[in-house]
Amino acid sequence: MAEAFFWPALVAYGEAALAYSSPRFSGLGTWGVRVGWLAQTALLALQAVRVDGFPWSSWAGSLNLFVWLVVGTYLIWGCRPRFRLLGLTVMPLAVVLFLAARIGGGTAVGERSHYGNVFLVLHVGLVLAAFAGFTLAAGLSGLYLVEERRLKRRAADILRLRLPSLVTLERLATRTIAVSLPLLTLGLVAGFVRLRDRGGGVDALMGATIAAWGVYAAFLALRPTGRTGAHLALAGFALVIVARVALAGSHF
Amino acid sequence: MRLSLVGISHHVAPVELRERVALPLDRAASLARRLGDAVCLSTCNRTEVYLAGGDESRALASLEELAGEPLRAVAYRLHDEAAAVHLFRVSAGLDSLVPGESEILGQVRAAFDAARPGPFLDRVFRQALALGKRVRAETAIGESPASVPAAAAALAQQVFGDLAGRRVLLVGAGRIGELAAGSLSARGAAIAFVANRSPEAGAALAARFGAEAVSLGDVPAKLGEVDVVLAATGASGALIGAGDVPARRRHPLFFIDIAVPRDVDPAVGALEGCYLYDIDDLEAVVAETLSGRRAEAERAEQLVALEAQRFKEWRASLEVVPAIASLRARAEEIRAGELAKLGALSEDERRTVESVTAQILNKLLHLPTVRMKEAAVGPDGARYAHAVRHLFGLDEEP
Repeated sequence: MAEAFFWPALVAYGEAALAYSSPRFSGLGTWGVRVGWLAQTALLALQAVRVDGFPWSSWAGSLNLFVWLVVGTYLIWGCRPRFRLLGLTVMPLAVVLFLAARIGGGTAVGERSHYGNVFLVLHVGLVLAAFAGFTLAAGLSGLYLVEERRLKRRAADILRLRLPSLVTLERLATRTIAVSLPLLTLGLVAGFVRLRDRGGGVDALMGATIAAWGVYAAFLALRPTGRTGAHLALAGFALVIVARVALAGSHF
Repeated sequence: MRLSLVGISHHVAPVELRERVALPLDRAASLARRLGDAVCLSTCNRTEVYLAGGDESRALASLEELAGEPLRAVAYRLHDEAAAVHLFRVSAGLDSLVPGESEILGQVRAAFDAARPGPFLDRVFRQALALGKRVRAETAIGESPASVPAAAAALAQQVFGDLAGRRVLLVGAGRIGELAAGSLSARGAAIAFVANRSPEAGAALAARFGAEAVSLGDVPAKLGEVDVVLAATGASGALIGAGDVPARRRHPLFFIDIAVPRDVDPAVGALEGCYLYDIDDLEAVVAETLSGRRAEAERAEQLVALEAQRFKEWRASLEVVPAIASLRARAEEIRAGELAKLGALSEDERRTVESVTAQILNKLLHLPTVRMKEAAVGPDGARYAHAVRHLFGLDEEP
């Protein structure tokens, strides 16, 4: 049954990733995102119904949930034509991570979860939602740097291949981080509560996540503008990637 | 029904001639009514009369009367499909001076609404208007600016997004600066200051924009209070240097330098958060966007070709529709006649016979009807219609 949702979702995400590469087909890309996200939502719902406990407790399962959150966040406003290049960065990443989740067994149905604790559900859900927000913020910051460079270089085709304005990109990235950081904070608090109850030390993934929290907190406190702000957001995202991909095995 | 077009445009007539033939909307509509079933489209670039089966020499004579001279050498006359394709290209903006300009679509709609033509022209103009909207929705032909002032404003939007509330410092009160400032103002920016060598000219332009007039010496002090600097003076050297730009800014500062020699030191463009476009940069952007419009125009021409085909099919179907209608009417007449000869039948029996004969008739006529409509699009359409009329004696008295 899971196959019936996984493959349509993967194909639709893949179609979106390809379609966004051409302005003529970006409308098809948007439909790919919508259809894929609905199929993945059905897959997650199926996983949630069939499992006893929290269905995405493995690193691969959490990756599956993470992809859904990233695409869902992108769907809120990212499907507009001017954000096509953001789709070009987000959707291929979504396809790769979704495939990785499948290879790791994160898209299977009916596996028994060894987690059922409500704090853990909050911890994983909130941290992943925050990471999804930071991924979008990083995409926006990357677009900012591209557009800023084109304006500085006075590229003649700047009005033919239009991106959102610098001010819009900066504002959206800041807002996304402002929403995501409280989620990360709550997720970390939930994790620490569980850590205190069950004992245990701080591992490398937790260290990277706390460092990312520090970077984003500094971002919101200092509110750097222009390239500095974009670079800081990308630095925070580098830590998210380290935590999410490189160190995932050390935590689960 | 024949579609005819008589007109002149910027392609064939100089402005001195076009302005004599140009008509305001109400006079264009009354000319159309005088000519019968017609629509008169009159803009600064063209005056065209579209006629449904009317007398085109009367239309030409009317235009010549307005021009005060013979127009046979310059006026174009197009018919049927060629006339329809011309109208489609006009409403798509493909026949305009700047390809893709959007004003023409509104002008076509206004001319159509004012003329209130008969069903034939109604169908053609509605098709043209729908195509015009489709071209603008499905291609990017009208999206890019086609002039330096419009490009300057569009670039400012690339930095700030919505320009509402953005403050502009205009340096120089010349014509080109005024045009660029107008373009920014039209997009919501506020012209906050006007600095000019001549205080009188500066004050006059400032009053027009509701801005404050300042001297050229005040320009560095005002840089911290604005988002966009528009420089367009005739000064012989740079008026704004890198050292004049406030160092600690939280917002970008966009410089548009359309002066030659340049008013803004190129070093300003290298400062963090500062973006500088001079006249060459802006002209390069305009050239690039115009070439983009031409590329989009090719896509728009494909849409025009599709509509032309649809027009051709529709018009051809008009040729065979009377023959089809006559054939069906004749068959129905025969059926009714034969039914009347039937003797006494019960109500149920009569209903059954009527139903069966109607079905036989429909099945017999279905294929010839479809084939005639298909053939109508090709060169043999009229011959088919004639053959049907002859074979079934449709033109003869029953």
